[in-house]
Amino acid sequence: MHTLARAFSAPAFRELGYWLFRYRRTWRGSIVISIGNPLLFLTALGLGLGTLVDREDSAYLHGHSYLTFILPGILIAGVMQTAFLEASGPVMQSAMSRGSYRAAASTPLEPAGILYGHLMYWILRATQNAVLFTCVSMLFGTVDPARAPLLVLVAVLVAIAFAAPAAAWAVTVTRPSQINAMFRFVVLPLYMFSGTFFPIEQLPVPLQWVAWATPLWHGVDLGRTVALGAATPYGVLVHLGYLSVMVVIGLYVARRTYRRKLYV
Amino acid sequence: MTDSSTALIDARGLRKVYGKPGDKAGFTAVDGIDFQVRRGEAFGVLGANGAGKSSTMRMIACVSPVTAGSLRILGYDSGTDGAKIRARLGVVPQDDTIDTELTVRENLLIYGRYFGLSWKVLRERSTRLLEFTRLSEKADDSVTTLSGGMRRRLTIARALINEPEIVLLDEPTTGLDPQARHLLWERLFQLKQDGVTLLLTTHYMDEAEQLCDRLVVMDAGKIVAEGAPAELIARYTMREVLELRFAPGERQTMTDKCRGLTERMEELPDRLLLSTDNGEETLSAVHRQGVQPLTALVRRSSLEDVFLTLTGRSLLD
Repeated sequence: MHTLARAFSAPAFRELGYWLFRYRRTWRGSIVISIGNPLLFLTALGLGLGTLVDREDSAYLHGHSYLTFILPGILIAGVMQTAFLEASGPVMQSAMSRGSYRAAASTPLEPAGILYGHLMYWILRATQNAVLFTCVSMLFGTVDPARAPLLVLVAVLVAIAFAAPAAAWAVTVTRPSQINAMFRFVVLPLYMFSGTFFPIEQLPVPLQWVAWATPLWHGVDLGRTVALGAATPYGVLVHLGYLSVMVVIGLYVARRTYRRKLYV
Repeated sequence: MTDSSTALIDARGLRKVYGKPGDKAGFTAVDGIDFQVRRGEAFGVLGANGAGKSSTMRMIACVSPVTAGSLRILGYDSGTDGAKIRARLGVVPQDDTIDTELTVRENLLIYGRYFGLSWKVLRERSTRLLEFTRLSEKADDSVTTLSGGMRRRLTIARALINEPEIVLLDEPTTGLDPQARHLLWERLFQLKQDGVTLLLTTHYMDEAEQLCDRLVVMDAGKIVAEGAPAELIARYTMREVLELRFAPGERQTMTDKCRGLTERMEELPDRLLLSTDNGEETLSAVHRQGVQPLTALVRRSSLEDVFLTLTGRSLLD
C-alpha cells in the first residue's frame, strides 16, 4: 500500500502539473489525432479491407463483421504504441543533464513522485485517446455503448502496463537510436502479431504460443472479448493478471532506475 | 572552528566515490572534507576542473548520496531529509535546466509549482524576480531568444522562487562575457546584502575575491586551504609577484638565470612567476643577472598565486 499512498501524495501532482502545463500547447492537435485516427481505420478497414474479408465470412470472426472484430484490437494496440512513445523519448530527454526531471529533482520532489506524476499524465492521455476512439466507433455502430466504458478501462490498463516498463528502461537510455531500435524491433512486431488485425487462432500452433506469451495479445484479447461480449471469467483473470504483473514489475523497476539516474 | 549548531551547512569527513560500493575501480571525487558555512556569508569553493567542486555541490543540493562522512544542512541530515532541505535551497546548476518549450515567465511559474506555491504567490514573485534579474522585458519571450548571460540570470531568478535561505551556484559565470559577468556579480552581491547565504564554486580567482567572504581551496578531492581571500593571500604568498615572459628560444636559459633570485619561483607554460616582497627590486636583480624578458609586470599577489603555491598548478589548466 506504500506505493499507492505515495502515488496520490501531493508532489506527484506537481509533476503532473508540469506535463499538463506543457500539454496546453499541443492539446488541440492531439485531439484531432485522437479523432482522426479511428476515422482513418474505420474508412480504410471498414469500407476497404473489411468488405473483402466479410465476403469470405470467416468462422474465426464468430459472426462479427471484420470491422467490429478489429476495432478493439486497433484501439488497444494504438494505446500501447502511444504509451511506449510517450514513456520513452520524453523520459530519456527529461533525465538528461538539462532535462525537466533534473529541474524537478532539485526541488522537494523525489524520483518516485516524478515518476508517478509523469505516469498520471500518460494515464490521462490514454484515457483521452480511448474515450475519443470509442466514441467515434460508437457513432459508426461498431462498439456497443453499454460495453464501451469497460473497453476504455482495459485500454487505460494496457497503457499503464506498457508505459511503466518503458519508462523504467527509457530513463537509463542515453541515445535516441536505442529507442528507435526498441520501437522497430519490439513495439512494431507486437503491434502486428498480437492478434490486432486477425484472430491468432488462424496462425500455426507454434506461433499461437508465441502470441499467447506476448503482453499485447493479453490486452488485445481482453479488450476484444469485453467489447464483443465474449469474455469468460477465466480469460479475464489471466489477462488482468498478466497486465497487472507488468504494472507492478514496471513500477518497481522504474522506481529504482529513476532514483539511480537522478541521484548519482 | 565554527560551532556546528550555528552552521547552515556542516560537512565532516565528507566523501564521494563514484562506482559500485566496494568497487576498487571506483573514482574518488571528494576525499574526506570538512567545512562549515555560516548564515549570511558568501562561501566559495575554489579549484581547478575535476577538483571535486561540482560533486560537493551536488551532495549539498541533496541529489547525490553521500558515500561517507556526515553532511548536515539547515540542521537536517542530507541523507534522510533531502526533500525538506531542497525546499529551502536555491540551486543554480552548471548545466541549466531551463525549459526551452516555455516562456521566461512560465519557467519561473512551473518551477515554483514544484515547491507547492500557489499561482497567486507565483505571479507576484515572478514579476519581482524578473525585475531583480533585469529580465522584465523578456518575460513573455521564448527562452531560446535569451543570451548566455540572460539565461544564467533566469536560472538565478528561478532558484530564488522559493525564497531560499541558501543559494548554491555551480560556476555561475563560466562561459559568460565580461559584461555579463559583472552584471551577475552585482546581482549576487545584492542577494548577499539581502541576507541570503551564498555557496559558490568557481575556478575564477577574481570571482572568488569579488564575492566570497571565506573560501576553501580544493585540489584532487581534498581541501588544501581555508580562510578569507585576503588571509589566504597573506598566508601563502609574498606581497608581490613579478611576471616575466621570454622569447620562445631563450626561455630555458633565462629561467635558469633567475633561479635562486627569490624564495619561490613558478614556471608556467607561458610565463615565469617570481614571488617577492618588492617587485621592482627583484626586477632590478633580474636585469643585473643579464636576463632580458620580453615583458615584465609587477603585480600584487592574488588567489591564483595561492592556488599555485598550494597545488603547483594554475587554476585554468
